[in-house]
Amino acid sequence: MSLTVEQTKQRNKDLIKEVLEVYPDKTAKRRAKHLGTFEEGKSDCGVKSNVKSVPGVMTIRGCAYAGSKGVVWGPIKDMIHISHGPVGCGQYSWASRRNYYIGTTGIDTFVTMQFTSDFQEKDIVFGGDKKLEKIIDEIEELFPLNHGITVQSECPIGLIGDDIEAVSKKKSKQYEGKTIVPVRCEGFRGVSQSLGHHIANDAVRDWIFDKAGDKHPEFQTTPYDVAIIGDYNIGGDAWSSRILLEEMGLRVIAQWSGDGSLAELENTPKAKLNVLHCYRSMNYISRHLEEKYGVPWVEYNFFGPTKIAESLRTIAGFFDDKIKEGAERVIAKYQPLMQAVIDKYRPRLEGKKVMLYVGGLRPRHVIGAYEDLGMEIVGTGYEFGHNDDYQRTTHYVKDGTLIYDDVTGFEFEKFVESVQPDLVGSGIKEKYVFQKMGVPFRQMHSWDYSGPYHGYDGFAIFARDMDMAINNPVWGLTKTPWKAAA
Amino acid sequence: MTQNAENVLDHFNLFREPEYVGLFENKRKEFEFMPPDDQVAEIREWAKTEEYKEKNFAREALVVNPAKACQPLGAVFAAVGFESTLPFVHGSQGCVAYYRSHFSRHFKEPTSCVSSSMTEDAAVFGGLNNMIDGLANTYNMYKPKMIAVSTTCMAEVIGDDLNAFIKTSKEKGSIPAEYDVPFAHTPAFVGSHITGYDNVIKGILQHFWDGKAGTVPALERVPNESINFIGGFDGYTVGNLREIKRIFGLFGIDYTLIGDNSDVFDTPTDGTFRMYDGGTTLEDTANALHAKATLSMQEYCTEKTLPFIAEHGQEVVALNHPIGVAGTDKLLMEISRLTGKPIPAELEKERGRLVDAIADSTAHIHGQKFAIYGDPDLCYGLAAFLLELGAEPTHVLATNGGKNWAAKMQELFDASPFGKNCKVYAGKDLWHMRSLLFTDPVDFLIGNTYGKYLERDTGTPLIRIGFPIFDRHHKHRYPVWGYQGGLNVLVWILDRIFEAIDANSNIPAKTDYSFDIIR
Repeated sequence: MSLTVEQTKQRNKDLIKEVLEVYPDKTAKRRAKHLGTFEEGKSDCGVKSNVKSVPGVMTIRGCAYAGSKGVVWGPIKDMIHISHGPVGCGQYSWASRRNYYIGTTGIDTFVTMQFTSDFQEKDIVFGGDKKLEKIIDEIEELFPLNHGITVQSECPIGLIGDDIEAVSKKKSKQYEGKTIVPVRCEGFRGVSQSLGHHIANDAVRDWIFDKAGDKHPEFQTTPYDVAIIGDYNIGGDAWSSRILLEEMGLRVIAQWSGDGSLAELENTPKAKLNVLHCYRSMNYISRHLEEKYGVPWVEYNFFGPTKIAESLRTIAGFFDDKIKEGAERVIAKYQPLMQAVIDKYRPRLEGKKVMLYVGGLRPRHVIGAYEDLGMEIVGTGYEFGHNDDYQRTTHYVKDGTLIYDDVTGFEFEKFVESVQPDLVGSGIKEKYVFQKMGVPFRQMHSWDYSGPYHGYDGFAIFARDMDMAINNPVWGLTKTPWKAAA
Repeated sequence: MTQNAENVLDHFNLFREPEYVGLFENKRKEFEFMPPDDQVAEIREWAKTEEYKEKNFAREALVVNPAKACQPLGAVFAAVGFESTLPFVHGSQGCVAYYRSHFSRHFKEPTSCVSSSMTEDAAVFGGLNNMIDGLANTYNMYKPKMIAVSTTCMAEVIGDDLNAFIKTSKEKGSIPAEYDVPFAHTPAFVGSHITGYDNVIKGILQHFWDGKAGTVPALERVPNESINFIGGFDGYTVGNLREIKRIFGLFGIDYTLIGDNSDVFDTPTDGTFRMYDGGTTLEDTANALHAKATLSMQEYCTEKTLPFIAEHGQEVVALNHPIGVAGTDKLLMEISRLTGKPIPAELEKERGRLVDAIADSTAHIHGQKFAIYGDPDLCYGLAAFLLELGAEPTHVLATNGGKNWAAKMQELFDASPFGKNCKVYAGKDLWHMRSLLFTDPVDFLIGNTYGKYLERDTGTPLIRIGFPIFDRHHKHRYPVWGYQGGLNVLVWILDRIFEAIDANSNIPAKTDYSFDIIR
C-alpha cells in the first residue's frame, strides 16, 4: 500500500490544502508559502523561510536570546553568562541543553549555573546599568577564576535604553582588560533563534577577536590545526567528533562552543581550516574568519557512516597525503563496528518512515544516518532555517518529501496523523503530543537525554535509540484489547 | 575503540574509556588555558569558608541559581486549569517556547499555549495587530472554549493594554463579541511564578463575576453551601487535586476546584492527543461566586485572589501547603467548620495510619537536620511536617519569599522545641544555600531537581520535593496533601535516609557491621 511518488505528491497537496482550511484567509495565505513538497531537480524545497511567525498559531520557535545564550554562548565554559533582565529566561534555559563539559562547576567553569540580574520593577523604571556594574563586581569577587563575562540581553534591555556596551567597556578597563561581552540578543529581535546566533557570532567578532591580539603568545601552531565550529557537544557530540579528527592526524585547537573555553575562541584565527557542523548557527563567524584571517571553512556531517566517511575525505582534501591516509585509516578502522551496528539494527528498522522537525542542521544532516539504517525520511522542516538551508536540503531529501517550515502545532499534528510515520524526531514540546497518539518519538535536540550521536561511536547509540523507540512494546499497549478486537 | 554493537556505550560509560580520558587531558593541557589545578583546588576550598559565605551573603545585585521563575509561567499553569482553555501569552514568542518546555520536562506531558509573537515592529508600534491576528488564529485553529491572555515582560515594558486590545480585537471581528477572553497583566519583573498564578486566577474570576470587562452586567451573588478550592502553583497538582477531590467526595459536599489542571497534565496514551482535558468548567467558574467560602491551599499564591473573593462576600481561608498530620487536621477541620459536615470516619482512619507510620519510623528522622528550599508555602508545609517528625528544618529558603513569609516561618520555629536552631532565608538563592550547607551543614536537603548540584558539591543527600523535578519521573502523580500525601512525603524522606545509612555502612570489613537488613 505504499504510495508512488506521484500519489505522495498528490497526498501532500491535499493534506496541505486541508490544514490551510482551518485558518482565517490572511493566515492561510501566509502559511501556504511555508508548506510544500520537494520536487526532484529543484534548487530549493519550494517553501519560504526565515520570516515572522504568525501570531497565535503555536509556533515551536524560540527567540534571539535562546539563540545567543542558549546555543552559542552558554556552552563557553570558563566564562560567566549573565541572563540580563527578569529571572525567567535564564531559569527556563538553565542547564537544559546538555552541553557537556569538563570542569569544576562554580569554580573554574559555569555552564550549568544560572546567573541573572533578576530585574525588578525599579530596574525597568530607572534602568539596569548600575545594577549590571555591581553584578560584574560581585562576580569578580565571588568567582575569581572566571575568564570572562557575557551580558545576554533579555527583552527589556533594548526597550528601556540601557547602555550595556558602555558598562562592559568601563568594567573591562577597570578589570585590566578583562573580556566582557555585551550581547544584544533581546528576545523580540528577529523572527526566531536564528538572529540570536548571528548576533552572538558578531559579538565574538567584535569583542573577542578584536581584543584577543596575541593573548597567548606561547601557543604554537602546526600545519594540521583545525577548529570544530558549530558543535554544541550535546551529550558529548563534539568529543565523539574530535576523536576522529585527531585519529586522522589533525589537531583540534578549538571547539565552538561545546566544552569550549575563551582561549579556544581566541586562538581560532590561527587554525588552518575551520570545520563547520551547524552551518545555520555559525556560518557567520566562519565567513568572518575566512575574510579577515584567511582561514578556509568547510561544512561536514558526522551523522551516520556514509556521511562521516564522505566528510572525513572532504576534510582530508584540505591537507596533505598524511592526513588523507589518516582519513582512510579511520574509515577502515571503524568499518567493522559500523557493519556490526547496521547488521544488528537495520533488519529491525528497514523501511520505517520518519518525519523530522528540528532546528539548525538536523532536518537535513541526520537523514543519512537514518538511511544507513534503511529508514526513509518522508517529511522534514526547519524551526528557523533560511533559504540556504532549504537549498542544502535538496541534496538529502527524496522527490515527494513533505516540507514544512516553522510548522504550527496544528499542522504538525495533522501531518503526522495523515502520513502515519513510524517515528517522529522533534523536540520536547512535540514529544508527548505524538506519544499520546501512539507514535514513537525521539527528541532530536537533546538526543532524548542520550547521545552522543555524532561520529562513529555516536552512530551506534543513534541506531540503538531509534530501535528502542520504534520497536518498543509500549506501542502495542495503547489500545485496549476489548476495543482493539471490535 | 571500545564502542561495540553488542553492548552500545552511551555518554555514561563511553567517555570513561581511556581514549576519551586521554582526549580530555590533552584538550585541557594544550588548548583550554584553564587555571592550574592547585589554584582551582584553592578556590574550591575557599568557597566553603565562612569568609566566602559572608561575601556571598553581602551580594546586592547578582542572583545565582535562584529558586523561582517568572510570572508568566504561573499564568500558563493557572490558565490550563479551565475547561478547554488555551493560554495566550502576549509578547515575545520565545517565552512561550520556554514555558511549554519547562512544564513538559516536569510533567512529561504536552503543554499547549500560544504566543502573539511580537517582534521589533510591535516593540515600536505596540502589539495590537499581533493580538487581533493572534486571537483569530487561535480561535479558529484550536477551537478553545476560552482564551486566557497574559503578558511577557516585553508587552509590559511597552505598556500594551490588554483590556483595550481584546475589546478592539472583538470589534474587528477576530473573535465573537461574547467570547470569553479573560486577561491578566503578568510582568516578569514583579514577583515570581506564584504571582502570575495569582493574577490569572483573579483575572478569570473577575471576568466571570464582574461583568466580563463591562460587556454584561456583573453577576449577583446568591450564596449557597458550596466551597471553592484553589490549589495554587503546585508541581504535584495531578496527585494533589485528585486527592482533594477524593477528600471532598468523602465529606459529601458541593465544591468547585478553581483551576483544576490535574487532568490536562495527566492525559492517557491511548492513541489520541488531548489538547484539552478536564478543567474547571466556565459555568462552574461563574457560579463559584455563590459559594459560601473559598479555601486556598497556598496563601502566597492567592494574595490578590483571596481579597478579591472576600470583597464579593465570601469567607476566605488561606493555608500554607499543609503537609502531615497537624496540617491535614487543620485542612479537614476548616472544611468541616465551613460546611458544617463532620470529618468522615474514613479520613480519621487514614490519619491514624499516618500517625502509625510516623511512630514506626520516627527513630530514623528524629533530630535529623534538614535544609529546605522552594516556594514559600511549600517550604512552610514541609518545615511544619519536619517539626512534627521531631526533625529540625535548619535552613529554610525561598527565593520568592517575602518579609511576611519570613515572619510566619519564624513563628512556626518559635512554636516548636525543634525549631530553636532553625533559620529562615527570604529572597536568597541556591548559591547562598551552597554556602550554608558548607558552613552550617545539615543531614539532608529538600528541594527541586537543581538541588542535585548542591548534593554533588556539598555531599548533602537530596530529597526531591518541589518544582521542577526534571530528573525523576512521575512524582507529580502522587499527592503530598491529605494524610495519604503525608505518607508519601514520609516515605520519600525515609527512603533517602535509609539509602544514606546503607551507603555509610557498606565497606566490607570496615563499616559493614552496621549494614543491617532490618532497620
